[in-house]
Amino acid sequence: MSGPFASLLSRDLRLAARSGGGAALALAFFALVATLVPLGVGSDLHLLSRIAGGVLWVGAVLAALLSLDRLYQGDFDDGSLDLIALSPLSLEQVALAKLLAHWLSTGLPLTLLSPLLALLFGLSGQGTWALFVSLLIGTPAVSAVGAIGASLTLSLKRGGLILPLIVLPLLAPAVIFGAGAVSGALDHLSNGALGLLSAFSVAAVLLSPFAAAACVRLNLAG
Amino acid sequence: MFRYANPAMFMRLSGALLPWVCGAAVIALAAGLYLGFQVPPDYQQGMTVTIMFVHVPAAIVAESAYGLIAIASLFSLVWRHPLADTAARAAAPLGAVFTALGLITGSLWGRPMWGAYWVWDARLTSFLLLLFLYLGYIALWNAIEDEARAARAAAILALIGAVNLPIIKFSVDWWNTLHQGESILSGKIAPVFLWPLLIMALAYMLLFAALWMVRIRTEIVNRRARGLMQRTA
Repeated sequence: MSGPFASLLSRDLRLAARSGGGAALALAFFALVATLVPLGVGSDLHLLSRIAGGVLWVGAVLAALLSLDRLYQGDFDDGSLDLIALSPLSLEQVALAKLLAHWLSTGLPLTLLSPLLALLFGLSGQGTWALFVSLLIGTPAVSAVGAIGASLTLSLKRGGLILPLIVLPLLAPAVIFGAGAVSGALDHLSNGALGLLSAFSVAAVLLSPFAAAACVRLNLAG
Repeated sequence: MFRYANPAMFMRLSGALLPWVCGAAVIALAAGLYLGFQVPPDYQQGMTVTIMFVHVPAAIVAESAYGLIAIASLFSLVWRHPLADTAARAAAPLGAVFTALGLITGSLWGRPMWGAYWVWDARLTSFLLLLFLYLGYIALWNAIEDEARAARAAAILALIGAVNLPIIKFSVDWWNTLHQGESILSGKIAPVFLWPLLIMALAYMLLFAALWMVRIRTEIVNRRARGLMQRTA
């Protein structure tokens, strides 16, 4: 790997891996949510397998939100975002690299963990497969929409509080289609949820770098 | 369009218009409410049908207000229209209140109709999400101290929200629908109900316009006052 894009990507990945275990924390949060829900609703596996798709999707989205401040906040605070802006990369490419790094360090691990948590909920084989595929398709959209929110709030002292309020309503379609794919698989009907989720994900990943770059530009100016 | 961008020009124009818009809003509201209470009970819904006259117009205004914010944001981002930021910011709390009004009247109507104050029906759910979009937008405005930066950030958020709003609506519709289908445009509504509804819709729009103008004027006056304070300080 060489070139500025690859080096920015590998830098962000190394930062995610080495600075206080960003990915591991998101995974622990995800697993904890999945543990607390049965404690709240009871241990009836039949009920748990019905709600598993929705609960695990919501848990994955919340876990991915936790690590969003890593995207821009740290680089903005210590000034490295200014240096990155001076690099040969356009800010849109920077945003794409950061989006990719965030997904590789958060969305992908969450997806890989999901079959194990599905086991705890007694999800059937088909349901687990649908959950895995829908998270694989959908988590890039979570990172993409989250990246817009992170770049909008990067200059805020308490951006962490306002970020979920901005990002979560925008992510409603991802949760609906993602959980819909799982319940569709459980009911043995093809409801087209995965196709709609793919469309949402592709659109989000394509548009997000432009929006995020505009936000970074406005926060770096002045 | 840009002739009215001058705040002084806007103050003069809106100052002349405001009493008329307020008066028209009061008259339309009174007429709409009077007519609304005169309608015969619906054969299915009984007298709860009158809730429609305060519910549907609130919903129309709530959705249009987000559209207005998005248009104003586009003007602010692309043409740096100096009044557009103020207009967008002033419309947001109004839109949020009308959204809340739509949700509250909707749930009051739902209690006798569906037997519960809240039903996870497609339209109620997408309105709840719209309320959160409004709240996020207002929170972003308030969180960023530098006003020019807050204006641009909020404008970007409003445009992203406007792109996403149809997708949210579609996804929620896909998810579930119990709500009765839209019946104004399809001509299924009896004229005796249609007239009060249209008058109430007009009244709500006039009310929104009047409040919006007052809020924009207040912001302009505030800004002038701040400028004077800085000059004398």
